[in-house]
This record gives sequence, structure tokens and C-alpha cells, in this order.
Amino acid sequence: MSKVINQKLAAYRWQIKTLLHLVLLCPLLYCILAVSNAWWGGDPVQAIIHYLANSALNILLVTLCLAPLSRKFKLPGLLAFRRLIGLYVFVYALLHLAAYLVIDLGLDWQLFWQENLQRPYIWLGMVAFLVLLAMSITSVKVLQQKLGRRWLQLHGFIYPITLLVLVHFWWSLKSGWLEPVLYLALVIGLISLRKLQVQRWLGSFSK
Amino acid sequence: RALDKTDVPPLHNDALTPEAKATTHNNFYEFGTAKDDPVKNSRQFNPNPWSFTIDGLVEKPVTLDLDDVMAKMALEQRIYRLRCVEAWSMVIPWVGFSLSDLLKQVKPLSSARYVAFETLYDPEQMPGQKSRFVGGGIDYPYVEGLRLDEAMNPLSFMAVGMYGKTLPAQNGAPLRLVVPWKYGFKSIKSIVRIRFTDVEPPTTWNILSPHEYGFYANVNPKVDHPRWSQASERRIDDAGLLGRKRLDTEMFNGYGEQVAHLYKNMDLTRYF
Repeated sequence: MSKVINQKLAAYRWQIKTLLHLVLLCPLLYCILAVSNAWWGGDPVQAIIHYLANSALNILLVTLCLAPLSRKFKLPGLLAFRRLIGLYVFVYALLHLAAYLVIDLGLDWQLFWQENLQRPYIWLGMVAFLVLLAMSITSVKVLQQKLGRRWLQLHGFIYPITLLVLVHFWWSLKSGWLEPVLYLALVIGLISLRKLQVQRWLGSFSK
Repeated sequence: RALDKTDVPPLHNDALTPEAKATTHNNFYEFGTAKDDPVKNSRQFNPNPWSFTIDGLVEKPVTLDLDDVMAKMALEQRIYRLRCVEAWSMVIPWVGFSLSDLLKQVKPLSSARYVAFETLYDPEQMPGQKSRFVGGGIDYPYVEGLRLDEAMNPLSFMAVGMYGKTLPAQNGAPLRLVVPWKYGFKSIKSIVRIRFTDVEPPTTWNILSPHEYGFYANVNPKVDHPRWSQASERRIDDAGLLGRKRLDTEMFNGYGEQVAHLYKNMDLTRYF
């Protein structure tokens, strides 16, 4: 059964990729619809920023599900789509950051740098963003082959930055903690499914 | 319902925030934590009839019917800036009466130093009070307070309306405080109790996060919130999302002439 599915995944690769692009653009489309129809109230600035961040986080969780799923159901074909999905994590993180800079800070660059320097919860978000940026740049095949072991090391940082992002989320809230804690439980669950890989990744730095 | 009122000339020449924005962008966690939750989750809220109590250190505690109070008081329209602690701001035409005119009716005792306010506690009507998930983990009822001299300042205002009409639920129907030189969370909504005390009363956001929100909460561009700058603000006016500029935040929200004397010799970095 899994063999057939793997064959299909490979045979319909481009169709599946096109479909994935369409699905992953839906949150952005919904955001545009919500803003233009005033579904998020008279001043959607905060709603936009949070929505884009949440989209990035949700897609990040999807990418973390792929490897355990492919192992459990013997579907290595699934991993062919991980890069595409992962790039959308970066796209939504970039949109989140851009929304903060443009519609919240009004493109006040001085304030932007000042806030980046002064606010620890923004550092965390920024560190996560920079790692995502590095992962996106190195996601091209040529660099992947060229970097070899270092590529694996870099991309293993997805585990710690997922945790950073959750702290950034929790810290950004004015009150309450339920949502980030639910996410944290999910993430710990997903990471514990790949204890071995995480150990191997940590070990790769001591060699 | 439209209200009869006399206009008080505004202290600043600011463009008004469009009514549609002021009534769909609210912080009122009793109805949910997202800005559009209060308008969506308060449609069933019925503020009529409404009575509220004034008690504590007073000669004669009273329970008043809001309709009676509104019939007795001459309603004024005042245009005030509203500066949220989250660094956005609006300019709103409120309708109501000065807080001091209301408070004088009960003859506070000379031992009274502070005035404490309390929001309605009614989980049946306020979903945020029923579920901690909806209400942001706040312990309700929401409480606020002012020093007596702050409460008696002519700027302190009790609003029963905005934009010429009675208050919508999401803006604090039917009776709310408006203290224009303080961050918006001081301007407590849907008030059921006003109490004179001799000790500083607890205030909701201060209980929740004392290093971020003080008792005074005066608008102050020099004292940042630990997580963001208070030096400037995003004014919500009729401009679109991309057409908006940030304004420099003014000390006491631009009402220093009227209120700065209240804080003479006080270290406002400490008493933030």
C-alpha cells in the first residue's frame, strides 16, 4: 500500500506541489479578505500581525509532522514536499515582521532598531527569523550538497527555534498563557517523536 | 438613542476617529481579548435598567438609577484623546458629566483618599468572565481606582454616550469612566460600584502584571512599557492601514496644563 502511495506521490509531484502552493497561500488570501471586509474590526493592525505569526507557526508544526508521518507510514515520498512547506514558514514569518515594521511602526526604522535592541521578546523572534532566513537561503539543492554535514547542523536548529518562537508568543501576550502552552505541548510531543534525530543533531556539534 | 448635550470646546485640534473604528476596535476582555471580540460578543448585552452604588467613606451611601442620574445631570459633549497603553490612540467625542459633579452628591468623609471603581460581574452576559480562555485569565470583576484629587479634577469624566448617542456595549455601556491623561485601561467600563477608601485600591492590570502596569498609569512618553516604547503612538484616524503616521506621545497625553500639578514632586518613573 505505502509503495503505491509513494509511487503516486512521485508521479504527481508537480500537481501536488501546485496544490500545496494554493493551500499555503490560503491564509494570506484570508487575511486580505478579512482586512478588506473589516472582519477584524476598525483597526486590524494587531490582528494582522498575530494572524501572520500564527500562520507561520501552524505551518512550522506541519513541517515537524512530516518526518514522523513518513516514518510511521513508510512514506519517504512525503519528504519531497518538506522544503516547499518549510519555505512558507519563512514567507509568513517575513510577512509577520514586515507587518510589524510597516503598519505598526509606520516604517519608523529608528524605532524598529531601537525596539530590536531593547526588547528581549523581540530578540527571540528576530533570532528565530534569522535562522529561518539562513535555512531558506540554503534550501537550494546546490547548497545543500555543498554544505553537507553543516547543512544538517543548520537545519537542525528548527527544534530550538520552534521553542524560541513559543516563548516569543507567550511573552508577547498581555495576559493569559493557555494558547502558547497548548502549542508547547504539541511541539514537545512532536520533538519527542524524533528523540534519536535530535540526539544525533546535538552530537554532531561535538565531533 | 440620541442624547441632548452641550458642546464643550476641545482642548486640542485633533481629527476625530471615525465612529465605525471606535466601536469595532476595543479592549474589553469581559467580551474576549481580540480587538473585534467586544463588538461581536456583546450583542446580547442588556444594560437596562442600570443601577450603581456609591459607598465606602461617605456620609450617605446611595444606590442610583442611571436613568434618574441622566435626567438630573446636564450632559456635556467633550472631545478627548484616548491613549491605549498598547501605543495606539483615538480621538473620541464623549457625552456625559464630570465625575466630580457625581461624587459631590454623596459627601465623602474627610478620611477618604481614593476612589475605587468596579465593573459589572455577570458571567451570563460576559463570556470572558465565564471562561478564562475567553477572558484572558483575568480575575473578574475588573477593578480600577483614582486618587481622590485625580477623581475630582475637572477633566475626569463619566461617559454615558459617544458620538451623540448612548454608549454601545463594547465601549462600556451604559456608564464608564474617561480619564484622558491616563492610559485607556484606567477608564473602567460598565461601572456598578464606586467606593471611597483611605488606602490605594487594587487595580486589575496592576494585580496581573505589577512591573508593567502601575496604579497611576499616566501617559508618559519617557517611561516605556517593558515590552514596547511609549514615546510614540499610532493614531487611529480616517487614514488607511498604510497611510498612517506615528505621532510623538505627549506627556499626560497633552493634558499637562490641567493635571501636571497633581504629580508635583513625584518620581513618575517609580510611580508609573
